[in-house]
Parts: sequence; structure tokens; C-alpha cells
Amino acid sequence: MFATQLSVFVENKTGRLSEILNTFSEHHIDIRALSIAENSEFGILRLIVSETERAYDILKREGFIVKKTEVLSLQMEDKPGALAQLVDKLSDAGVGIEYLYAFVSREDGGANVVLRLDDTEAAQNLFK
Amino acid sequence: MGYWDEKKETMSREELTAYQSEKLVWQVKRCYENVECFRTRMDELKLKPEDIHGIEDLPKLPFSYKKDLRDYYPYGLFAAPMKDIVRIHASSGTTGKRIVAGYTRNDLDIWADGAARVLTSVGLGEGDIIQISYGYGLFTGGLGLHGGAEKIGATVIPMSSGNTALQIQTMIDLKATALCCTPSYAMYLGEEVQRLGVQDQLSLKVGIFGAEPWSEEMRKNIEAALGIKAYDIYGLTEIIGPGVSGECEYQAGMHVWEDNFIPEIIDPDTLEPLPVGSEGELVFTTITKEGMPMIRYRTRDICRLDPTPCKCGRTHYRMMKPHGRTDDMLIIRGVNVFPSQIEEVLLGFNDGEITPNYQIIVDRVNHTDTFDINVEMSEKFFADDMKSIQKLENAIVAKLRSVLGIGAKVHLVSPQSITRSEGKAKRVIDKRTI
Repeated sequence: MFATQLSVFVENKTGRLSEILNTFSEHHIDIRALSIAENSEFGILRLIVSETERAYDILKREGFIVKKTEVLSLQMEDKPGALAQLVDKLSDAGVGIEYLYAFVSREDGGANVVLRLDDTEAAQNLFK
Repeated sequence: MGYWDEKKETMSREELTAYQSEKLVWQVKRCYENVECFRTRMDELKLKPEDIHGIEDLPKLPFSYKKDLRDYYPYGLFAAPMKDIVRIHASSGTTGKRIVAGYTRNDLDIWADGAARVLTSVGLGEGDIIQISYGYGLFTGGLGLHGGAEKIGATVIPMSSGNTALQIQTMIDLKATALCCTPSYAMYLGEEVQRLGVQDQLSLKVGIFGAEPWSEEMRKNIEAALGIKAYDIYGLTEIIGPGVSGECEYQAGMHVWEDNFIPEIIDPDTLEPLPVGSEGELVFTTITKEGMPMIRYRTRDICRLDPTPCKCGRTHYRMMKPHGRTDDMLIIRGVNVFPSQIEEVLLGFNDGEITPNYQIIVDRVNHTDTFDINVEMSEKFFADDMKSIQKLENAIVAKLRSVLGIGAKVHLVSPQSITRSEGKAKRVIDKRTI
């Protein structure tokens, strides 16, 4: 299924990440999953949160640079080889992965993976 | 749009030259009699006031410098007795020690007249509500525009600088139709107006911005953010203050009020006057000012005069935006760098949509200059993937290298992390100790 991810610019400087996380904390936004891509100067914080629209508005209002990105969020079995199988399926279909990160869902304890693909439409059909 | 003083603003070149010549002869004589510094320099050149017959003799006269204002601090350059001096101003002292200027009642009138001409030429007049958000006090910005705005019969809001939230609220509540402040503050106000989403509550039509150099891209950004037409005004405390020159409705250079201030362009190395139209250092002679007249004052501003007729009908030469001050110039690894060049590159990027807040940091490590530019990340610049951001960053670095001739390191930093100024922007931090 499609999910909306928030991507936030984080300068690589002590305290910058905590500013963002504290903003979430103040407004009771629950973080479901996150990952950080970084180089030596800055990072991109990618998040799946409980209330995407509200979190987006709050971040913007607080002056952060934030973007919404459509990603694919898939559930898989929590057993060896499950991710390999999923990735194979994508590569067989010629769909490239830009990045992915995984998390365990609190509700059912299942394994989840968030994927940013070069062809989300095609991938959507693969996992119907 | 109308003229404030049609006769003077549209004088023919012949009339203007005759007028300038008469005033110059008068000014040189009284400076020689009353200002020791000027008299000594004339004597050294074996020149007498009688040798000056008109503006053709202007190049014979000695130059004056910012240093003179420090050497003769506070009143040594005044040509009128203190009983006639009714106002003192001082420069904000961005480059070294403070300098003071004295004005007679007539000088204040000349000054207000210059500002009034600029305000009128951009369409302001009675019925307009002008918010003046330059600092009031010793700085010439606030009271300079104030004098001009009162003169044209507008309603003046003497806001002064600072307290951005209150500035915006006042603008909205009092239905200000014009704003006067520094361009960097206008930029900041524009960002805040956008952030608060209150642009449609503003009644602003025009803005008159000066006291620091700004680029065409910055003009576009301010105009879009505030929904106004933005005009440039120029002046310096040594000469009189804002209103020495200003743009008319055509935004095509600033008309210098030559009936009060004679502009010359000289080669800053050979000190020879250059033909009209060439680029060089701007030099002013104040021919009507009484309190603290300046003869051939070297402004250190590098620009060009355009003598071609302007569509507005004014005959006074237009000075193009100074693209740097010789004393703002940085020498990095032996290369001359003007902050304005960096600004042009940054703002020109991505359709001029990068938040133009930046800071240049120069240091010296192991006997080599380091050159870093912090640029605030903006919405348009940000992407979800590293690749696109790095591509853009590399493109900026490459463009800077081609424009400046040396390499700079570009750092993308958090939005709003570079200190905003409510007066002049601190764009350069030079940590080198030489």
C-alpha cells in the first residue's frame, strides 16, 4: 500500500535532530518508522508518523524544510529470506529501489518495509 | 508619474552645467576660507579658489577621503559656524570608527528635497501612508526618508527598525502603502509575511530600499513576497544621506540630483576622471551643502553613470547599482571577490528561488585562505534524495568558480540559522588576522 513519508532537512550539527524530535514530542506525534540518509554536511530524515498532515503542518510552521513523498509500505513475514524474496520480485520486474528501511509493527508484531522505488505504479501491481 | 521639482529635474545639460559651475565656484571659495584640511591641500597644489572657474576645472581639485572625517573628528570639516548647525548625524560605522556630519537648516531642506524627488518619482504623494522602518537616530536612514515623506505631504509612520511582528501588524492595521527600509530587512519582512500568510492583508504598493547593495534577483524576491514594486535609493552620510540619487518608475538606474551633487567616475588606480559611461569609482562634490561640504569625495563605490535620456524625462544622469564597494571587496587567495557577485550567483540559481540568506566565511589555515559559504536550505532546493541535492550543490560550486575564478566550499545549513539583521546584513565574516 502507498504511504506518505515526511522528509526533513537536518543540518549535520549537534542539536538539530533533537529540535525536530522535540517538536514531535510536544505535539504528541508518534513516529512509526524512521531512517536517516546523510553525508558529512547534512542529512535527510525520513519518517512515517501517526498523523502525517498534522505533522507536516507543524514542521512547516516551526520553520523546518519538509517534503511529502509517496512510498510503498509492505508487510512481510518475519522470517529469514522474506526480504530477499521481496527484493527479487522487484528486480525481476525491472523496478529499481532508491532506498528502503524496515520496521516492526506494534499492532501485530509483523515486519514492515518502506520502499522508495523508481516505478511505484508497477510495484503496486506486483504486490496486489 | 509626476515630478517633485520639474524645473530642476528636467533642466537641459547646458542649464545644469551653468548652474553647477556657479555653485562650484561659490563652494570652493567658502571651503578654502573655512576648512583647514581643504585649504592645506589646495595650497600644496598651488591652487587658489580664483583658479576654479567652473566644472571644467573640477579635475584640478584635490580629493577628500573617509579618513579625513576621522582625522578631523568631530567638527573639523564643517564649513559653517556651529550656531548654524541644526542637526548632527553619524555613520553606523560598519567600517571602522564612527564619523559625524553636520547640517544647516538649508542642508536639511536640500536633503529632504532629494528624498522627496525620489518618493515622487515612484508615484508617492499626498494620500500615501509611508512606513519608515529604517533606524531613527544618528543613522541617516530613518530621519532622511522621514524628511522626504513629510515634504511630499504623505502620512508618515515613523516606525524605526526592529520588532518584526509589530512591523507587519502596523503595516496591516494602518494600511501603509509604502515601506522604506534596508533591502535585507525588506527581504526578511517578506519572508515573515509569507510565513504568516498575510500578504493579502497588506495595502503596500511600493518599497524604497537602500543603505546597502542589493541585486536584481533580490528585487524580484522582495517584489513577489510583498506584492510591491521595489525601488533603489542611494546616499551616504558623508554626502548627505539617502536621497543623493534614486530610481524613477522605470527602475533603470538612480538619477543623481546633479544640481546638488556632482558625480564623477574616476579610475581608482590612476585617479584620472573617466569618460561618462565608463565603470570606475564614484566621486561626489556637494555644491550646495553648507554644513559639511565635500569636494571630490571618494565614495569607494564602483559603478557607472548612464548619460542617455531616461523615459521619465529627467535629465540628471543615472548611476547604475554599485556592484561593490572597494572597501567591501575581499581578497581571497589573491583574487578580488565582491559579496555582490556571490549573491548574484546564489539568487540566480533555481529560478532565483533559493532563500537568499547566506554568509561568507574567510579564514586562513596553514597560510592559505579558506573560503566557505553557508547557504540556508530552502523548500525549492530540498529533495527527498541525496543525489539531487548534491547535484544542485555541485552546480552552485561550479558556477561560483566560473564567476569568481576561485573555488569556494558551499555548506547547506538550517533555514533561519544565519542571523537576520534588522539593519544591515552581516554577510561576511573575515577571521583572518594578517
